[in-house]
Amino acid sequence: MTAEHRPVAVEELERVTIRFAGDSGDGMQLTGTQFTRTAAVFGNDISTFPDYPAEIRAPAGSLPGVSGFQISFSSTDIHTPGDAPDVLVAMNPAALKAVLPELPAGGSIIVNSDAFTPQNLAKAAYAGNPLTDGSLSAYRVFQVPISTLNAASAEGLGLTSKQTDLTKNFFTLGLVFWLYERSMEPSLRWIDEKFSAKPEIAEANRRALKAGYAFGETAELFQTHYRVKPARLAPGTYRNVTGNEATALGFLAASIAAKRELFYGSYPITPASEVLQYLATYKQFGVKTFQAEDEIAAIGATIGAAYGGALALTGTSGPGLALKTEAVGLAVMTELPVVVVDVQRGGPSTGLPTKTEQADLLQAMFGRNGEAPLPILAPATPGECFEYAIEASRIALKYMTPVLYLTDGFLGNGAEPWRIPEVADLPDISVPNHTDKATFLPYARDPETLARPWAVPGTPGLEHRIGGLEKADGLGNVSYDPDNHHRMTLLRAEKVARIERDIPNLEVFGPAEGDLLLIGWGSTYGAIRSAVERLQAAGRSVAHAHVRHLNPFAANTGDVLRAYRTVVAPELNLGQLQLLLRARYLVDVKGFHLVRGKPFKISDIEQEAERLLAEQRG
Amino acid sequence: MVVNPPTADPVPAGSVPVPLSRKDFVSDQDPRWCPGCGDYSILAQTQKVMPDFGYPRENIVFISGIGCSGRLPYYMNTYGFHSIHGRAPTLATGLKAARPDLMVWVITGDGDALSIGGNHIIHSMRRNVDITVVMHNNRIYGLTKGQVSPTSEFGKRTKSTPLGSVDHPIAPLTIALAAEASFVARSVDTHTEHLSATLAAAGHHKGSAFVEVLQNCNIFNDGAWREFTERDVRDDRMLVLEHGQPMIFGKERDRGIRLNGLHPEVVKLGNGITEDDLLVHDQHAEDPYLALMLSRMWWPDYPVPVGVLRAIQRPTHDQLMTEQIAEARLRYGEGDLAALLQEGETWTVK
Repeated sequence: MTAEHRPVAVEELERVTIRFAGDSGDGMQLTGTQFTRTAAVFGNDISTFPDYPAEIRAPAGSLPGVSGFQISFSSTDIHTPGDAPDVLVAMNPAALKAVLPELPAGGSIIVNSDAFTPQNLAKAAYAGNPLTDGSLSAYRVFQVPISTLNAASAEGLGLTSKQTDLTKNFFTLGLVFWLYERSMEPSLRWIDEKFSAKPEIAEANRRALKAGYAFGETAELFQTHYRVKPARLAPGTYRNVTGNEATALGFLAASIAAKRELFYGSYPITPASEVLQYLATYKQFGVKTFQAEDEIAAIGATIGAAYGGALALTGTSGPGLALKTEAVGLAVMTELPVVVVDVQRGGPSTGLPTKTEQADLLQAMFGRNGEAPLPILAPATPGECFEYAIEASRIALKYMTPVLYLTDGFLGNGAEPWRIPEVADLPDISVPNHTDKATFLPYARDPETLARPWAVPGTPGLEHRIGGLEKADGLGNVSYDPDNHHRMTLLRAEKVARIERDIPNLEVFGPAEGDLLLIGWGSTYGAIRSAVERLQAAGRSVAHAHVRHLNPFAANTGDVLRAYRTVVAPELNLGQLQLLLRARYLVDVKGFHLVRGKPFKISDIEQEAERLLAEQRG
Repeated sequence: MVVNPPTADPVPAGSVPVPLSRKDFVSDQDPRWCPGCGDYSILAQTQKVMPDFGYPRENIVFISGIGCSGRLPYYMNTYGFHSIHGRAPTLATGLKAARPDLMVWVITGDGDALSIGGNHIIHSMRRNVDITVVMHNNRIYGLTKGQVSPTSEFGKRTKSTPLGSVDHPIAPLTIALAAEASFVARSVDTHTEHLSATLAAAGHHKGSAFVEVLQNCNIFNDGAWREFTERDVRDDRMLVLEHGQPMIFGKERDRGIRLNGLHPEVVKLGNGITEDDLLVHDQHAEDPYLALMLSRMWWPDYPVPVGVLRAIQRPTHDQLMTEQIAEARLRYGEGDLAALLQEGETWTVK
């Protein structure tokens, strides 16, 4: 059969948001990542949001088993994966039911009509069949018998029907590629590499992809396909990166910039495990990864490695940070450079393992016994995780202190195009070990940074003992002297406070003074920035400041807060940054809080800002 | 390319290291244990054997947890780290992974190692982390002034168990063997010669060494082990293990251990029973059965075995980590950050 190019209309769009949704065994995460790569390589700006259940395989066809992947791709600069999908690809009734409330009227739905069997409808608690009962009349519905068409494409390969069915996500991907004028090449290459050892499986996936594409081309179901032109990004070489991968790459780069071996001790926990998994593949760089028996062992080993002179990190999520608490205090007391990565998730307790939240800020800030201050950093975008991993390492080494580095599930799993940095541009963050016997005291301090010397075992003449008991100022021997404890407590606080001199001012996007400042931290950056852009375009006097250094705050923070009539801190918690800002600056910072396990929508923030502005007008 | 920052050469090239003595390992801090505490003896024997190992002082690290034993690193003129309750093996694991060149000792107690740090001690041993763990076992929480410990006797009355403990005690050496420790031994604080020999053997062992030292707490659990460790009874109530030797004990060396079916049996030599009928100790046996049997023998049913129950060789944790790195470099070449950053699909915007 020769492919006959059917004349179809082409509609140009600035931005499209697609949600792929199906059973957790349907391969939706893979479909989403494949589309992401293709869109990224094409040159669109992209932002993604994988949303998957905590259960590995919830009962097939059930609502809890729905796994989704949202991608927004655009010809302009975008900051979020989109408030709501324009297109829903639903592989079964449960996926349709789960996502439909988010789809605006007029949106498109592509369904695998084969999956709408009475059993599957019952599992999704549908009384009737939404494809036939008229309940979807507000949407444009494209019914495609994906399973049947896909099965036909695999005929003759000798695969079982189950094996064939596993390839239907590639049929779907092919169809969506056609709809958005995408090349199949990157995915075909990926299939060849992935299944090189299983040629028949590779062939089945290739055929599925091509069959889906051909179906779009030939079936007269779709009258239009859509064009989203490449975005105008800053010049450079780009790749797609998730926050977790950028974190791993950033710490690897930091170890090179610090000229120290990288040690990573960790215990598997969602959504932080990927950081361990990435670092475990960097052994050719001399990276040492250690999967510990528990969270406490992970940080204990990390402290041991830091004591030995490595750039040492541990990584976890909220529940794991709770377990590490006592050991973080030990790192504060022994003043060793340890970076603690917390990829936050919904809490408290086990909470929402696969959902995002920003509710560990106060745990990071205060979650230790005694006065135990430490620096806290939080990157704002997946790509920024690279830069802030280096910054966290720099501060840990320069000030001899544990550092908390906070990301979250949305940043960790979300992806964006990332301009690949030049290795030659990496800052030099190396610090020397102390080797001079004449000037050595375990708790002598650098007059500038107040850092104590790093005297690693193996250095002759500097044998000394450290530990969790209070130290005599300078000497480092155990001391129960009341005045000494008071002095050491102040010194530890002052050391962290002085980092303020060494970090950039808080930048403001928008007017330097005005009606409203939105101040955020971490992964809410994209939603806040997009909302502020819209508000500014509508003529509002609104600015955005995003805090990356959460402890200490940038030196100008108080001035920034006082330059606006109203300040609001939108957060995915019940007001943790808000509390810190109010306490520190005595400014009446308002809070805006959603804890739904999902990122903010741009419209959530825009509406709140409008409400606050209306309140000002009285 | 990325290396640990250079520490000055421990031994300058061409120079001959001066042999060290016990005194070189005594720090300037005065020990602060209760007078009469068994820890003094353990400290003294530890300092005494240190020169044997040939490590310069600066390449030796003592790491401890919490408890009376936890203070020992302060009294050693080496590097030392007094960490937090139960976690010393974790620090030691990380330190040894980062710095295979160091000799690392872990000083712990029965509560620290077997209660709060039980998980860590087990995993350090199954990984064969190349450290020497010395567990001071006084069957009591001394630093917190007298509560039951995981090795306290069933029914023991303490401040926290005024009507007697309802918890069955744990057998430390059985735990060590079950956790695959490659060196397992027991000694007694007051049997100083035996103690120093045992510590020396443990220190020379490459891999995870676990030494239980039966120690007296004369304040909160005086006479913890008296019924079989006192001078007048020890020969009759303890079995000193020697590799390759038949298991004989008793003041008159007239009793021994033989195997009866699956059980050890105490027999009196003579009346047709000779040394040939006795079990011969083999600390290097690859299988753990003999060592496990010995770890379960306890007074008054049996003499309490002391000495090395097991000493086998298997690759250490740091060796295996280092080999993996070498292997990865062989396979992929030395890591190249610029190349790694460019991995996967990339595109250029002009």
